Amino acid sequence: MTTPAAPPRTSATGTPHTRREGRAKVTGEARYTGDIPFAELAHGWLVTSTVARGRIRSVDTDTVLAMPGVLAVLHPGNALRLTPGAGLMGPDANLQLLQDDRVPHVGWPVALVVAETQEQARAGADALVITYDEEPYDTAFRADHPGLRPTAPSPLAMPDVDQGDPDAELAASAVVVDREYTTPEEFHNAMEPHAAMARWENGRLEVVDSNQGSYAVAQVLAALFSLDADTVRVRSEHVGGGFGSKGLRLPHTVLAVMATTILHRPVRVVLTRRQMFSLVGHRPATAQRVRLGADADGRLRVVEHETASPTSTVHEFAEQSTRHSRTLYAADAFRLRTRVVPLDVPTPGFMRAPGWAPGSFAVESAMDELAAEVGVDPIALRLRNEPETGPVSGLPFSSRNLVACLEEGARRFGWADRDPRPGVRRDGRWLLGTGVAAAAHSAGVGASTAAITAEADGTYTVRVTAADIGTGARTALGQIAADALEVSPESVRIRIADSDFGLAWLAGGSMGTASWAWAINEAAVALRKKLADLPGDMADLPPEGVTAHADTTELLAAREQRESHGYGAQFAEVAVDPASGEVRVRRMLGIFAVGRVVNPLTARNQFIGGMTWGLSMALHEEGVRDDASGGLANGDLAGYHVAANADVPLIEADWIDEHDTYNPSGIKGLGEIGIVGGAAAVANAVWHATGVRHRHLPISLERVLSGGRR
Amino acid sequence: MTSTRSTEISLRVNGETHSLTVDNRTTLLDALRERLDLTGTKKGCDQGQCGACTVLLDRQRVNSCLQLAVAAEGRDVTTIEGLADGEELHPVQQAFVDLDGYQCGYCTPGQICSAVAVIEELAREWPSAATDDVRRPPAVSEEEIRERMSGNLCRCGAYVNIVRAVTQAAKNEQVNA
Repeated sequence: MTTPAAPPRTSATGTPHTRREGRAKVTGEARYTGDIPFAELAHGWLVTSTVARGRIRSVDTDTVLAMPGVLAVLHPGNALRLTPGAGLMGPDANLQLLQDDRVPHVGWPVALVVAETQEQARAGADALVITYDEEPYDTAFRADHPGLRPTAPSPLAMPDVDQGDPDAELAASAVVVDREYTTPEEFHNAMEPHAAMARWENGRLEVVDSNQGSYAVAQVLAALFSLDADTVRVRSEHVGGGFGSKGLRLPHTVLAVMATTILHRPVRVVLTRRQMFSLVGHRPATAQRVRLGADADGRLRVVEHETASPTSTVHEFAEQSTRHSRTLYAADAFRLRTRVVPLDVPTPGFMRAPGWAPGSFAVESAMDELAAEVGVDPIALRLRNEPETGPVSGLPFSSRNLVACLEEGARRFGWADRDPRPGVRRDGRWLLGTGVAAAAHSAGVGASTAAITAEADGTYTVRVTAADIGTGARTALGQIAADALEVSPESVRIRIADSDFGLAWLAGGSMGTASWAWAINEAAVALRKKLADLPGDMADLPPEGVTAHADTTELLAAREQRESHGYGAQFAEVAVDPASGEVRVRRMLGIFAVGRVVNPLTARNQFIGGMTWGLSMALHEEGVRDDASGGLANGDLAGYHVAANADVPLIEADWIDEHDTYNPSGIKGLGEIGIVGGAAAVANAVWHATGVRHRHLPISLERVLSGGRR
Repeated sequence: MTSTRSTEISLRVNGETHSLTVDNRTTLLDALRERLDLTGTKKGCDQGQCGACTVLLDRQRVNSCLQLAVAAEGRDVTTIEGLADGEELHPVQQAFVDLDGYQCGYCTPGQICSAVAVIEELAREWPSAATDDVRRPPAVSEEEIRERMSGNLCRCGAYVNIVRAVTQAAKNEQVNA
């Protein structure tokens, strides 16, 4: 057997690689869902409710159907019946669109106008007159809302915790910090509005969709429309950001499928920016109470954390803010509570680091308050409360390098020289301060499949239903496959985002790359064995190549339980103008420990992107609900400010080496941890600058001028 | 054919002239995307708040979602598809690839079109809110570029790399000018 001598090869993972789709993205060649032309394409435009609660009394379809180009008006009176119970993670009644006349919130889909062109569909939607029987509504969330109750059991719910004797520990504590913190409604605002094209082709439902996981979406659509799973094919080649908003709620997709099934021609539905504020599962407001009891030296005796958030009357989603408290610090006792109240508002959902982001703001702010109370440096306080095992779970850590992150970050940020006194540094009209916070995010894995084909021409093709929502997944998986096959990344073709490739975890929960990489590694092992068993050599491969498959479902089920998280340390320096109330972040530094970093170029970008979200959460983002209408007063990108370029200073992110094979790929995931702790680091820096504690986000000009009041 | 609802126009896009009849309500953005299949220009908000639809109109940047197609008659439109010289990327495009000045890529065409115009604005010595002394030419600095690029939102938060990419391209331009 003769094989050509392999050229010397260095590891592809761990070295920077520019993106595989980079050229396509900078030239405009990359086609996102709404960019792909289809013959005979019709355009659907959603009509959403203008009242907060009530019933649809009438839909005046005649006028609109007479308008030029209008093909159909779908509404509860004529819509296809959907199968109840469908959902990505348990039944989600938000998917039951146009099924009855009930209106649960402002911005709920009440009709879809389909027309030959976008302009005609939009004009039809604007002209559609819908009357309602309005009912009294309640859209005002508050920490003492009488409707607050424990969460319903669900796979996503964090059970309440009563561990040790919190009351006795509080009584024995030398210092107690007892504070309330609030965070507002926040919205993902991926740059690409949610879009879907659906058509029936050769007996199959073909959907091109903007989502974070095409396999999962195909499963949901099959269940909803009572189709064989094999009948549905969903693809999402390029996705313009997701952040948790593209997978759970699918109004565009469901209505495109409904319309194409009725009209027998391809239909595209694209959400407007404004519709994205009520239909894709925002981060709910939270009201959190944190009570830390400690000895005089800052050692924690008790951690109490109660979080409350509103959900809708359609479906329960609770913001799991206590996740942060469960893993960060050791204490003798814990009391953790999650409460939720159904209001006449849109259903919240996953938004980048759900639970972690708002929870870390409260807990990491409280830790800073405790540090000031006991006169201990905020980093020293955290080191003093480092747990040996999972503080609540009791499980061993798969790895935990928070201490290393804090110490390396302190060194690089120049923390040692910090004067702890607040409100004593000036630069002209600016007051200056620095702050720190710890970060964590769960490092999970979901069952996935992958296939690799050794092609007859000596290249390899990997197929996995991954999604690249901007993470650089395509590039990272190419590096992983190259190393697993011991070939160069250039000889590996990566095909993703096609539900026909089979089961795979979503680009979500910071679990995507770890999940897909495991399946790819297993498939590579299987392929190399197959190839080794071949009678001839690589030159004799059949024309269709040789393919090996892998499925990690059983391997995953057999894994021992560990507490597995990525950790990090966030540092911020701010300047506050006490006359105008303006807060400027001057620099941020994040040091993270997230296992193996596959592609330093894109990983750093992800961390910095997350930290930019932290800055934006700290200073800018706030959905304002108008009690007079029950709707959002600022549901667009002019009213809802997300950090713009001039808001963002030099942000640096780096990581420490960490070897952890609990996830066999060594990857912990890094898409979300960058936001965790960011808002607290900024808020703590604002306190250090001004001496005023901000417990309510965002730290707007008005709040700075009014001394941090709610 | 021109009627009360539609108008026949000719659009000059990336050096090529197209004759088409458009619904009078059609924006330049939709004409590019739906009629000319130039989908590199993206629709992020359709109301002038995000910058994803930025194109160059007579070499100046505009939000194409706020421009009616009929009003672009006779003007020179440059889109992201018109920046590269054959296989050779425009220096701004190359800098975005090399320095990872993007993540999801959806705002990228608008960012790049904006950056091309920013570099020209700097060369013409136009001041911005970040210019300390408006009597002197503005510096090619990160502060200037952050300010001038702030009409283009990037929700992935790739601003740090965007600023690096635009600064690098702007400085190279300055050297070559």
